[in-house]
Amino acid sequence: MTIDQSVALAPASRAIHLIGTDLTEKSLKLHLDGLSGVDAVGLESRAAGLATRSIKTTSKVWALDTIIRLIDLTTLEGADTPGKVQSLVAKAMNPDPSDPTTPRVAAVCVYGDLVADAVAALGSAHAAGGPTGINVAAVATAFPSGRASLAVKLADTAEAVAAGADEIDMVIDRGAFLSGRYGLVFEQIVAVKEACRRAGGSYAHLKVILETGELNTYDNVRRASWLAILAGADFIKTSTGKVQPAATLPVTLLMLQVVGDWYRLTGERIGVKPAGGIRSSKDAIRYLVTVAETVGEEWLDPHLFRFGASSLLNDVLLQRQKITTGHYSGPDYVTID
Amino acid sequence: MSAHLTIPKTYKLYIGGAFPRSESGRTYEVATRKGAFLANAAKASRKDARDSVVAARAAVSGWSGATAYNRGQVLYRIAELLEGRRAQFVDELRAGGGLTEAQAQREVDTAIDVWVWYAGWADKYLQVTGNGNAVSGPYFNISTPEPTGVVAMVAPQNPDVKGTGLLGLVSVIAPALVSGNTVVVIANEAVPLPAISLAEVISTSDVPGGVVNILTGSPAEIAPWLASHADVNALDLAGAGDLDWIDLQIAAADTLKRVLPPEAGVPAPAVDRIQFFTETKTVWHPKGII
Repeated sequence: MTIDQSVALAPASRAIHLIGTDLTEKSLKLHLDGLSGVDAVGLESRAAGLATRSIKTTSKVWALDTIIRLIDLTTLEGADTPGKVQSLVAKAMNPDPSDPTTPRVAAVCVYGDLVADAVAALGSAHAAGGPTGINVAAVATAFPSGRASLAVKLADTAEAVAAGADEIDMVIDRGAFLSGRYGLVFEQIVAVKEACRRAGGSYAHLKVILETGELNTYDNVRRASWLAILAGADFIKTSTGKVQPAATLPVTLLMLQVVGDWYRLTGERIGVKPAGGIRSSKDAIRYLVTVAETVGEEWLDPHLFRFGASSLLNDVLLQRQKITTGHYSGPDYVTID
Repeated sequence: MSAHLTIPKTYKLYIGGAFPRSESGRTYEVATRKGAFLANAAKASRKDARDSVVAARAAVSGWSGATAYNRGQVLYRIAELLEGRRAQFVDELRAGGGLTEAQAQREVDTAIDVWVWYAGWADKYLQVTGNGNAVSGPYFNISTPEPTGVVAMVAPQNPDVKGTGLLGLVSVIAPALVSGNTVVVIANEAVPLPAISLAEVISTSDVPGGVVNILTGSPAEIAPWLASHADVNALDLAGAGDLDWIDLQIAAADTLKRVLPPEAGVPAPAVDRIQFFTETKTVWHPKGII
């Protein structure tokens, strides 16, 4: 099967450039299966080692603010309402009403049909991809399972983009990936990327969710990361948050290594987004350490690293309040979400 | 046969139904009143206190939501287990508290009696401290006490005062538990072994994890963090007489905590102590519309 290059030339051409032959299901498979295996024990012990770093005082203050700036404040429940999205947006714009120096989060992440509500609630604070303000991210492509026809996935994506989404979080077809049909997964990512094109010709940022909890092995995570990047992902994201295990430190470390390899090969920076299961500041700081040690501090930027989280923000705010006031704070002093 | 090897123990804290070491990794030596080594106890840090408050907060809804009858049964179960471990408590009070066999037995017996007394109040204090109020309108107006939430407490500390080994601890914990509060208590620093054994009793009874959290270590170090903690609702300073307890009261006032002042010895059993850690809720309900 030859991948249809007319869909989107740019991502396919970077894959061809790397693989060095015609882009076929077979050549893609040969390339991905030919990636060296992951040393699982080494990876986990490296992650455990990074998790032991102690971040205190001024570094901690900086880390907490950085975490807030990197958060995609997320609500992805079946019971979401426009009102819930409004309160989420209010929290994104002003995370801690008792302390106006608190930075804003990077984006709010909602289901596609609530994008318009999020955009309306943000008003002038909507970054729309610009350098200041808050982006609107939408999950698309039959999130979280990804079990729908390509036409449905593309329509899902295009609608969210038309409604004003600046970032699209798509899920890959894990069934196809696990049965070895890498070409199909590749094609779908390329097609969704094309569906991210706005009327003006610019593109919404595409985050590709690998759902590492369903990929079973580190080798598969490495393959899926390469596949997503080759197909044109701007970000690779660990999980939907609906499957356990969600983001773990070793998996994120592995994805960062792939991103680092890609940067060395092409000079292009791809983002990473761990999502799901990161609830405490302590955990989040471990991720910051891992990013800084693996791909460098320039990745600690909302364009290149995000946390997909909802309850994490409250914990960070409690820690921040502890540092500002000198005494421990409690859940009565942050908003319930 | 008497040549049995003594095993010097290193005890741990009791937080959220588990027995963790201190986050700080610190321990301190527990000695007899004459200075001989008894055991190592964990020396809790402010972060252990913080973790305890989180555990206690998480346990509030379950414990206060249980029926009064059920709470009474659970508390009574603790008394049963205390009775079963009588010999161990007597040994610990003799070794650590310097009591004679008879004194130690008396203290354990009194502690069990106090516990049973408070257990009995669980489904009765409401009738005594609640009210039906007379109002000028076709309404029922009912005041009812509700648990205040998380109570931090300093157990009686002075080892020279009678009853501060076990009875003092029981006399501060039990009344707060009766109404459905959860508790973070700093045990007697000099005589912590009965408190640690009480933790073992509580963990093997039917008390949900987090309802009682017992910290061993320095009250002077930990109490200020609990007094200023925004998620603590009340403070029992029974054993804080030797600390700067005025400062603790001031810190507690920032977040409007209820504060019980220090006591010279062991607080006597009283319904007042149950009522102190409650908040009165008043509800109006229309009469005569059926």
